[in-house]
Amino acid sequence: MSGTFVGMPAFPKAAHEAVNNPTLRGNLRHATHTIRAKREKAVAEVSDWAELREAGKRIKDHTLRHLDDYLVQLEESVTAAGGIVHWAADADEANRIVTELVKATGESEVVKVKSMATQEIGLNEALEEAGIHAYETDLAELIVQLGKDRPSHILVPAIHRNRGEIRDIFAKEMSEWGRPAPEGLTDTPAELAEAARLHLREKFLRAKVGVSGANFMVAETGTLVVVESEGNGRMCLTLPETLISVVGIEKIVPTWQDLEVFLQTLPRSSTAERMNPYTSTWTGTTDGDGPKTFHLVLLDNGRTDTLADEVGRQALRCIRCSACLNVCPVYERAGGHAYGSVYPGPIGAILSPQLRGTASEIDASLPYASSLCGACYEVCPVAIDIPEVLVHLRERVVQGGEVTREGNKVVLKPAKGHAAERAAMRAARWAFARPGAVRAGQRLASRTRRLHPRRLPLPGPGKAWSETRDLPPVPAEPFRDWWQRTQGGKGGAK
Amino acid sequence: MSSRERILGRVRRALADAPGDDTPIERTYLREHGDRTVEETTELLAENLADYRAIVHRCSPDDLAVTLAGMLAARGAKTVLVPPGLDPSWLADADAEQVPDRLESTPHELDRIDSVVTACAVAVAETGTIVLDGGPDQGRRRITLVPDHHICVVRVPDQVVGSVPQALERLDPVRPLTWISGPSATSDIELDRVEGVHGPRTLEVVLVGAQPSAEANS
Repeated sequence: MSGTFVGMPAFPKAAHEAVNNPTLRGNLRHATHTIRAKREKAVAEVSDWAELREAGKRIKDHTLRHLDDYLVQLEESVTAAGGIVHWAADADEANRIVTELVKATGESEVVKVKSMATQEIGLNEALEEAGIHAYETDLAELIVQLGKDRPSHILVPAIHRNRGEIRDIFAKEMSEWGRPAPEGLTDTPAELAEAARLHLREKFLRAKVGVSGANFMVAETGTLVVVESEGNGRMCLTLPETLISVVGIEKIVPTWQDLEVFLQTLPRSSTAERMNPYTSTWTGTTDGDGPKTFHLVLLDNGRTDTLADEVGRQALRCIRCSACLNVCPVYERAGGHAYGSVYPGPIGAILSPQLRGTASEIDASLPYASSLCGACYEVCPVAIDIPEVLVHLRERVVQGGEVTREGNKVVLKPAKGHAAERAAMRAARWAFARPGAVRAGQRLASRTRRLHPRRLPLPGPGKAWSETRDLPPVPAEPFRDWWQRTQGGKGGAK
Repeated sequence: MSSRERILGRVRRALADAPGDDTPIERTYLREHGDRTVEETTELLAENLADYRAIVHRCSPDDLAVTLAGMLAARGAKTVLVPPGLDPSWLADADAEQVPDRLESTPHELDRIDSVVTACAVAVAETGTIVLDGGPDQGRRRITLVPDHHICVVRVPDQVVGSVPQALERLDPVRPLTWISGPSATSDIELDRVEGVHGPRTLEVVLVGAQPSAEANS
């Protein structure tokens, strides 16, 4: 994965800073609560939501199970339709391929449709180094790009900005990049949208190269699908002469019919709409309509490593709707930046440590960025059991073990900083294997209970845990003694 | 080793231990939500289109030319873009200058045209969606994108289906498709929907067919 977020502090530290920012908390609370209520309504409109969710899960699982076959089939059908397929094992290779393709057109600028895959590989930065300007055209991406900021949400990367901040960014920065913001721009959303329309229009109309991702790729037909709202996607997909799409290999669905599931679940889960304003599908190139040249770059970048993990591979079902972010109590308070990745929130907490490995401080801390409340699993339209994967990854961080990195099996050492946790677990294992020891310990605890402090003043790193938690009160009589004495509470004995 | 072989090899190794799976995908979800008469399906289409801020008109085939002329006049459109296969009778009464779409028209030229009139391939009632497939009466994708005003004619009930699954059945994946549900919009400012970004800011849909309850919803 890209180095965009290299050097990020661990989640607890970054989150600690974020929760002390009242503007950020206000913005996030407002936005996530708005969308939560709407999503619930949009989902309640379809009586077969549970069946659609189950079908979506099964289609994705089936695809992943036969991913090699479907990749080959997709390559054949895209090629037959006039497209050119490239394969990129990692971010560097994908960036190199795209840079070369743009250079070959002789152009020095590209217009971009919002795409998580190109964010993930840091394509804009790579193009910039080669002297190619990449213009983001999605409104939220534009806000992030103009504000020299980082994305904080999958669907709405500028969710951490309120309308006033957006106005200020537009007024100050637009002139640097092209057409300046209109005089006297106010912070009404309609005016801000209008300013973006005017600013980007000249770029769309002169663009010769477009870069996109895709929401789905249909193996049997070679069709790519982009789901969007603003029309910037349509602009980038149809006006340029050359289109380059960078798409993760897990975005495949086997058949045209499979789209009937996801075109129902994705809009309702992401923007809480019956249907998003625009969906474009294209199969290779079409004479006289749209780009004359179409390149598809299939991206691995850690996906096959994720696929190798029996529990973790379900993360590859993700259709990037962001419902799990909007419903997450941790995301709502910490914001997206604390996750140190273009994939924030619950899905990011299981995706980033798998795509990038758990070697860095931030990636090793991400599986802990959750209270395991399970709201994310509940709303996920492809039923990814995020809490299950979080616990699985915690185990990997603490205990180490065999994982796949860049296609090779490697054995991870247990992470540093979990020594106390491991010692506590070992002690528990010893005790619970010896009922006599447990009984003696419980009796001792009961007899000395008046002497127990309310909190355990642990020194060192243990303090972070004990400082904010009371010790549980110990009963006068251990449960097992009570059970024996009263024969299981028969006759209501106390 | 090429990256293609490397990636396919990694996939195969990753799946080496995975259990076999040959059970067909069970599609227990509905083909359509609820029982509706043909009439009701058209009614739902009109409702959902309007809910996402498309302006809906209804007329009989005989009144189509007058209706379209009136809409263009009300908009003050001086020029209207016409796909090559549009039924010429549709714009017979319109005052606006008709500009045929030509392959060599630049995006800048399209940007100077006031309105565009097209037919559609299919319309989806449950989602309030019209789908264009680039057929001769719909034209290239860009002509319904660059002008700020799009009028789309839907023949009811023939072109109307109830649901997304039914729409996909009718469509040819080889053709470039554009699914349109209301005018362009964004949820990017505080996750609230605002209409009018890069696509046409005004979408008008004419449902043309025998009119049991004339003038309804116009």
